[in-house]
Amino acid sequence: MMVLLLLSMSFEAMDTPNDGGQSITIIGRDIPTDVKKILVFRRTEKDTVYKQVGFFSLLSMKYTDNDSIKDGEKYFYRLGVVFPESTFYYNITKPAVSTAQWFNRTRAAVLMYLILFSALVLLFIQLAKRNPEGLFIRKIPALDAIDEAIGRSTELGKPTFFVHGLMGITDAGTLAAITLLRRVAKKIAEYDTPLLVTNFDPIVMTASQETVKQAYTEAGRPDAYNEKNIIYLTYEQFGYTAGVDGLMAREKPGAIFLQGYFFAESLILAETGHAVGAIQIAGTTATVQLPFFVAACDYVLIGEELLAASSYIGREPVMLGSVKGSDWGKAVLIFIIGAYVTLGTIAGILMSTGRHTLMHIFEKLVSVF
Amino acid sequence: MKKKTIPLAITFLTGVIIVVTFFIPHPPFGRLQEDALVWYSVIFGFTMLLGVDSLVRFHATKLRRREKGSWFSTIFFLGLLLSFVTGLISELRFGDAFKVQSSFMYFYNYVLIPLQSTMFALLAFFIASASYRAFRARNLEATLLLITAVIVMLGRVPAGYMLWHKLPPITSWILNVLQLGPMRGIMIGIALGTVAMSLRLILGIERTYLS
Repeated sequence: MMVLLLLSMSFEAMDTPNDGGQSITIIGRDIPTDVKKILVFRRTEKDTVYKQVGFFSLLSMKYTDNDSIKDGEKYFYRLGVVFPESTFYYNITKPAVSTAQWFNRTRAAVLMYLILFSALVLLFIQLAKRNPEGLFIRKIPALDAIDEAIGRSTELGKPTFFVHGLMGITDAGTLAAITLLRRVAKKIAEYDTPLLVTNFDPIVMTASQETVKQAYTEAGRPDAYNEKNIIYLTYEQFGYTAGVDGLMAREKPGAIFLQGYFFAESLILAETGHAVGAIQIAGTTATVQLPFFVAACDYVLIGEELLAASSYIGREPVMLGSVKGSDWGKAVLIFIIGAYVTLGTIAGILMSTGRHTLMHIFEKLVSVF
Repeated sequence: MKKKTIPLAITFLTGVIIVVTFFIPHPPFGRLQEDALVWYSVIFGFTMLLGVDSLVRFHATKLRRREKGSWFSTIFFLGLLLSFVTGLISELRFGDAFKVQSSFMYFYNYVLIPLQSTMFALLAFFIASASYRAFRARNLEATLLLITAVIVMLGRVPAGYMLWHKLPPITSWILNVLQLGPMRGIMIGIALGTVAMSLRLILGIERTYLS
């Protein structure tokens, strides 16, 4: 019985697929369940003895060797299969050679959809250029409320706070927040009311300073711009929270904009803002924090609304066209998901009656796309 | 004109290269994104100095004008000085300020971390106050939210199971079906919105981030 189990067990060493080289993967099949561990040994063509490089995973049934592998060189593997009573050595006769691939095939579906999506966005940008009047974008109450919030803050003679999230400039939500800041700063410059921008990231602070400066210049009030009001606080999550909360409690702002990517501090900030009586407009791409903002703020930009904010506010046909194209891309994706769900359900029903053809087609489609 | 053209060209080239490296693992493309992140870290290090400068000037102005609550600024300067001095002493004494036995790490572990934990602990009280406002049954939607919240809260604790043994499975259904579906919809929207925004940035349509 033991001999049969050992004979059925097999291992294969191959170049790790879809990678940048310098890696070999060993895959195991039909490994007996009573195996305690499997040691992986390796040698090159020049070596005479094997050297242990690691342990084969009995969970994923594979081992990826990234230890000083050179592309184009032949590597021979031996596996020490340890049973409770004995150890059996398995030699993989065929050597493995690592190479780098020019295309990651697992991302083919992403590339296809990216091309389709980009084509749709570009198409709608062109359509928007030709017919700017033919675009309809639904109302976003949180963006319409910006003027109301700043106006209220001005009437009360209180400052307006713009609180950035905790991500750096590489985050799309942060970039969207900066574009929104420009609009807020311009309105504030027109109303001649104080603005305080708090930053978690110094690069975001630098970008914010430039953005606010430009907004004040556009509003014809470059003299009113004060760089000291766009401040960096700290790079510690709750230190930043304490800093912003302290400023809110002392300055008592009339309007607060919480924009960007937030983590656990979202509710602490929003509740403090509510406690000081400010009108609050939040916007985040952090789905987990959205309910907290919805509960504690007056208006919320939910996910992609924040990303579309600059287009909505700017009202430029080209920008609105990109939003329209993105919506159509979403419609295509919904259609694809719907088609897959329908096909999978029908295939499942047919399989239960003994007909497997459609399920095979479905599985093939899923593996390719 | 040049003031914007050069940054736009850099954005276009960097954007295209990063997109290409996502699909091409072959060197030198495969490592470009990691290299770009290293450059970003270097830039970040320099901008940190700008950040500290901004903070110092903000608090110095408050102290100079003797504004209300300016003693907070005194605490800031004391904290800054303490961090700098202990960091310097630890570096000279141990060769590394982050050694566990260093005075710098002592203040980090026994002052800063407890302060941060205190801030985090406040979340519990804020959740209570926000829940109270959100769950008030003012209209049909708020009432439905209240009922759902009560079911979910009861279904997550042993007392809920003791009240009615079907509460935990109903809670799981609410979380995995009613809640997860819309959440995934929002996530797909964010992902596509990010792609659309990236396209706008790469193609130079979105320029508001440039001053």
